[in-house]
Amino acid sequence: MSAELETEPTFFDTFPEEAKVIRAAFLGSFFALGLGAVFGIIQTLHRTDIFRGLIESTDYYTVLTAHGVFMVISFTIFFLVGLFTWALVRSLDRPLVNIRITWTWYGLMVTGITMTGVSILAGFTDAVEMSADVLFTFYAPLQAHPLFYAGLAVFIVGTWLAGADWFRTWLAWKRDNPDERIPLQTFMVLTTMIMWYIASSAVAASVLLFLLPWSLGLIESVNPTLTRTLFWFFGHPVVYFWLMPAYLLWYTVLPSIAGGRLFSDPLARVVFVLFVLLSTPVGIHHQYLDPGIAEGFKFISMTNTMFLLLPSLLTAFTVVASVEYGARKRGGTGLFGWLRTLPWRNPAFTGMMLAGLMFAAGGFSGMVNAGMNINYMIHNTIWVPGHFHLTVGTAVALTFMAATYWIWPQITNKPIYSLQIGLFQVVLWFIGMALMSNAMHAQGMLGVPRRTAEPEYSGFEYPTAFGGFEELNIQIAIGGTLLFISTVFFLGNVVLTMGNPRVSGLAESIPPALSGPTDAPRVLDDLRVWVGIALVLVVLAYALPLAAIINDGGLLGPGVGTYPVWVDAAARALGQVAATAVSPVVDTLAFASSRVGDAAAAVSVEVFA
Amino acid sequence: MHIHAYEKLWLAFAVILILLLIGSVTYGAVGPGVAMVADSEDQIDPGALDEDERFAEPRVEQVGDNHYAAYVIAYQFAFEPSPIVVPENSRVTLYVTSRDVIHGFEVAGTNANTMVVPGEVSEITVEVGEPQEYGLLCNEYCGAGHHGMEGKVHVVSEEEYANLNEGGETA
Repeated sequence: MSAELETEPTFFDTFPEEAKVIRAAFLGSFFALGLGAVFGIIQTLHRTDIFRGLIESTDYYTVLTAHGVFMVISFTIFFLVGLFTWALVRSLDRPLVNIRITWTWYGLMVTGITMTGVSILAGFTDAVEMSADVLFTFYAPLQAHPLFYAGLAVFIVGTWLAGADWFRTWLAWKRDNPDERIPLQTFMVLTTMIMWYIASSAVAASVLLFLLPWSLGLIESVNPTLTRTLFWFFGHPVVYFWLMPAYLLWYTVLPSIAGGRLFSDPLARVVFVLFVLLSTPVGIHHQYLDPGIAEGFKFISMTNTMFLLLPSLLTAFTVVASVEYGARKRGGTGLFGWLRTLPWRNPAFTGMMLAGLMFAAGGFSGMVNAGMNINYMIHNTIWVPGHFHLTVGTAVALTFMAATYWIWPQITNKPIYSLQIGLFQVVLWFIGMALMSNAMHAQGMLGVPRRTAEPEYSGFEYPTAFGGFEELNIQIAIGGTLLFISTVFFLGNVVLTMGNPRVSGLAESIPPALSGPTDAPRVLDDLRVWVGIALVLVVLAYALPLAAIINDGGLLGPGVGTYPVWVDAAARALGQVAATAVSPVVDTLAFASSRVGDAAAAVSVEVFA
Repeated sequence: MHIHAYEKLWLAFAVILILLLIGSVTYGAVGPGVAMVADSEDQIDPGALDEDERFAEPRVEQVGDNHYAAYVIAYQFAFEPSPIVVPENSRVTLYVTSRDVIHGFEVAGTNANTMVVPGEVSEITVEVGEPQEYGLLCNEYCGAGHHGMEGKVHVVSEEEYANLNEGGETA
């Protein structure tokens, strides 16, 4: 390394205040990853019946809620705000307008997730009357403690302020550089935040207008189809909120690690614009099997969903082309021979490439999910978590971990403790996920449901295929264990890195794209146009379904009850499970004379309840 | 804006793939006739199912030539009736509703699968084949006892079905 390079300032040197916030955001993210991983391993071993000694099956849902919320709310979004702050400040080459505002949104996010986290974890103890075993989707009329909803609202407001912070900084930059194109990374940050504002408005409305007042006893009931639909209005674009930081890294960082340059800057912009337009008017594809939503609305959502494949397919092309360009510059030749010249020993590179590979597999299972009628086969089976452990669980999570090995030294001036451990860790994640996710998809085809403490039933056996239910359970357990070990290595590596002394010479640069921003039509940078079109598409996709739902069931639903999960729920549940345990006997009776049998079942439930 | 020739090829491939996928779903709907669960049924008061003509007594009944209707209630943590007994080689329209929270209704290993939402009635029609016992399970988390929520669907021979119904007017 030349002396000139060694003295090149890092991000830490140029923007020390911002670097501090980014570090805090990443550490929040990694803390959540650690918690999520602990709940993940408990869950894997419990569900597959390898080890059920640690928790009761009724507590499994507390574990599941914690795993979901800590992984997909805290881990992903804290990483996002750190990465976006870095990308925006770096690409605009100026500090944020007011660092106190920055710390304010960070503080709000931490406060919000702490409130929600406490309400979930309180479910493990009977000492406090609090619990939020409603899973990540919190479908009413199952009701969590008010703290759960309030925390989510505070957290979301924090992310809104973060977006405002970035927009203000960009506007300040624009005043100084009126004729310049928006730098690519800033463009990605701003478009992603536009999507987030549109998407999260619905879940915020659902929480603030319905769920929070209802949990506080201010309103009697809610309309379950309405709150569910508002959740999925947010619930699909949120997956792109997790994914866009990974895309930002694949587009702007991965090519430079490979020694190349981004193939096309304009196409990258087109891809992000497509996500702004298409990621929200598709949420109903999570509700293909919902009664109360007409088939036509489902079909519109399905069509939009399929077109949403387009930006991801374009990304696959651009990323591979950019990496190939890097490989050929390093002397690679041949149809596939260039692959050999890539920096496979670099965990940042290998991790992101493996993440991209897994994303392709996840894309294929996603096409099945999106196919309205084949979805009947796999809806709410463990196929679905199998799918999203490839997307958010690998494409996103593994990219974040890999990127950490590249970005952390630049925001701390501390070299990574061990790149070998890093390489081992990312490969281990890939192997673990390949095992676990593949087996989950296979079990899903057998009809094994997701979100259950005990997927084996007393009254029937699953069809035998793909090696069978039991064998697939073992694959899931091994895969999950490898993933847990990989996470421990990752977190250990980060902690040991924090103990390293600060050095100089860790700066990395990002070369400009082969086809630069001046090739892109100006209209791409006119964000108001895209906000306008996105809103029109959302109205087209959602106005009629929402009107129909409210018209049918009313704002507060057709007299649906309230089922708080923290009041005596466990005791009641245990009684009823005991009742269903005797149901084989009841079934035999019922088979002989179903009317008598039904009466017997009803009586036995009352006796045990 | 400059688009590389390979990019154009790839773009064309992507659009064709998307159109094929949409086409295959459309074919599934109009060809084999796979209909989606929809809003075909009116709202229902989940607190007053025992006053409802269809759900006061969850049951299977004949509604047409080789066509049967099953009225099923899902609740924490069971299905009623269980087993759901239907004759072989018939068409069965399932009407499923919930007395309390959101549930799932899945006949394991088949595509008979729907969400069950309180206040709504899910309607799906399935074709059943030879006599067989199927497992029925709830595939949406519905509370702490969710994993114990199961039932059965029995497809029986026509004679057996007739015998079962001799004792009473419903099955």
